[in-house]
Amino acid sequence: MARRLGEAILLVWLVVTLIFALVRLAPGDPAALLVPPNATAADAARIRTELGLDRPLAVQYVRWSREVLRGNLGESFVQHRPVTRILAEAAPVSVWLGLASLALTFLIGVPVGMAQAARRGRALDHALTVTTTAVYAAPTFWLALACVAVFTYGASSLGLPPSLRLPSFGLHTPGVTLSGMAAFVDLARHAVLPVFALSIVGAAGIARYARSATADLLPQEFVRTARAKGAPASRVYGVHVLRALLPQLVILFALSLPGIVAGSVFVESVFAWPGMGRAMLLAIQARDYPVIMGASLLYAAAVIVANAAADMLMPVLDPRRL
Amino acid sequence: MRARGPVGWRAGGIETACLAILVFTAFGSALIPLLARHDPLAIGDVLATRLVAPFGRDATGAFHLLGTDRFGRDLFVRMMLAGRISLFIGIGGSLLAAIIGTAIGAVAGWTGGFIDRIAMAVTDTFLAIPRMVLLLLCVAFWSPGVTTVIVVLAATGWMGVARVIRGEVQGVRTLAYVDAAITLGARGRRILWRDVMPNAIGPAIVAATLGVGNAILLESGLSFLGLGIQPPRPSWGNMIAGGRDLIVTAPWVALAPGVALIVTVLCVTLLGDALRDVLAGEKTRVGASELVS
Repeated sequence: MARRLGEAILLVWLVVTLIFALVRLAPGDPAALLVPPNATAADAARIRTELGLDRPLAVQYVRWSREVLRGNLGESFVQHRPVTRILAEAAPVSVWLGLASLALTFLIGVPVGMAQAARRGRALDHALTVTTTAVYAAPTFWLALACVAVFTYGASSLGLPPSLRLPSFGLHTPGVTLSGMAAFVDLARHAVLPVFALSIVGAAGIARYARSATADLLPQEFVRTARAKGAPASRVYGVHVLRALLPQLVILFALSLPGIVAGSVFVESVFAWPGMGRAMLLAIQARDYPVIMGASLLYAAAVIVANAAADMLMPVLDPRRL
Repeated sequence: MRARGPVGWRAGGIETACLAILVFTAFGSALIPLLARHDPLAIGDVLATRLVAPFGRDATGAFHLLGTDRFGRDLFVRMMLAGRISLFIGIGGSLLAAIIGTAIGAVAGWTGGFIDRIAMAVTDTFLAIPRMVLLLLCVAFWSPGVTTVIVVLAATGWMGVARVIRGEVQGVRTLAYVDAAITLGARGRRILWRDVMPNAIGPAIVAATLGVGNAILLESGLSFLGLGIQPPRPSWGNMIAGGRDLIVTAPWVALAPGVALIVTVLCVTLLGDALRDVLAGEKTRVGASELVS
């Protein structure tokens, strides 16, 4: 356990070092982007000195690492605010978006895959296979745009009921102050399209996996026993098969995280959500090194912790693997 | 004997159709931009030709199969030119990733010991970064373009292949015929590439095929964000981005490249599935590793 934790921390450090090298060895100068167009070379040099960018790279690396250990991620070049505060504002948006989407991914994907396995080779299976493979091949940003086209702009001309005319910009209806239940409903309506667009591609992938994994389990004896003792199909699939799938699903959950991160960059971009993906994108465009490093650290830590947690959960879920 | 399709359909009808579509796309994207009357890059009389609906004629009387974009450029010809770039990047990026991954995985699995540990540490480090973040960092800081995107896709996509090949090589090297080759006095490098690799390469071919679809998707994503292929050169991703604010008035601008993208990736994925059935001898197994992107 302690060893696993040590490995995880070492891995986070390796990742961050790699990103530091990658970002800082690349050509380009943030100072050139920070000064006004009519500034002189001396102005840019002064800003470089102020930001500490004129020091040797190794010195900057040591200084940055030391500050990170103290919990200080530095100050944004562009926004002149602590990186920790920027991330603290952006992270909850992405975490909720990601968690809601991940949950929906599995809630849709697993039953669909099971239904396919149960009806293997029949029309339903074929129809769902075509659907899931096609959705799996679709880019998240295109699906997001399609959702916007249908539910935001097309809703009235397509004759959809008013409840399906969904907003597609930001987190709240601008210019309105809502409280309590009304505020929650407003947020939920804004969240429908982003969460759906983000989870549907993942759900198709999970369904593809769940179909073949369930098909492998069905000929096994515990399934036959469950059926023989008269358990209804809902119990056979919902309890017996699901329990046997659980260890694989937990690993998949951890493995799905990078995909959700990638998707959230696009979804936040299309729907103008002020989350981590957008913060990262803006920081990259402005070469805002402290924000890039802070966001990368957070991403890497999330992925590595999720993988380590899945590994540690495995013996509990599947004692045979001890 | 005819192989059963990945969805249990009889024979290889689906695979044949996919192959036919991909071959058409490849030839079409190579030839149509050369033969077409419309220049996919040039902007002419914008007011007379812009946003013509599919199957429509512009004010000069020219026919446009899929309509025109906001600058009056023919969408079908642009889509085909974009297909050339997207396919080239998809295949190039995936192939390069497979080569790097195979080399690293083979050496790590064959040598073992310290080199193996280092190689796997590097692999794990790369795997721990969400690929999209790595891609964004790489692409944004080097000048965008076809070469950059291919190199970056390869640099961020070799880890899965490396792990699979390492496992295969470790499995094969314990077999008796490898011992026999050692006894006969063959050198290690010769055994690895001549005797071990042919029996371990199958999963790499499957991974490379499935990786093509993934690479095309990633390229389109980067181009959508404005970090991949730069306009006026078309790529399906930047064409979708170009139609983004026209989805109400001219939905075909974003629809056409999106459909092209989905159909291409779908065909590649189905072909990869079929290839796995044949090469890996496993039926309809979807690996967890391919869900990581």
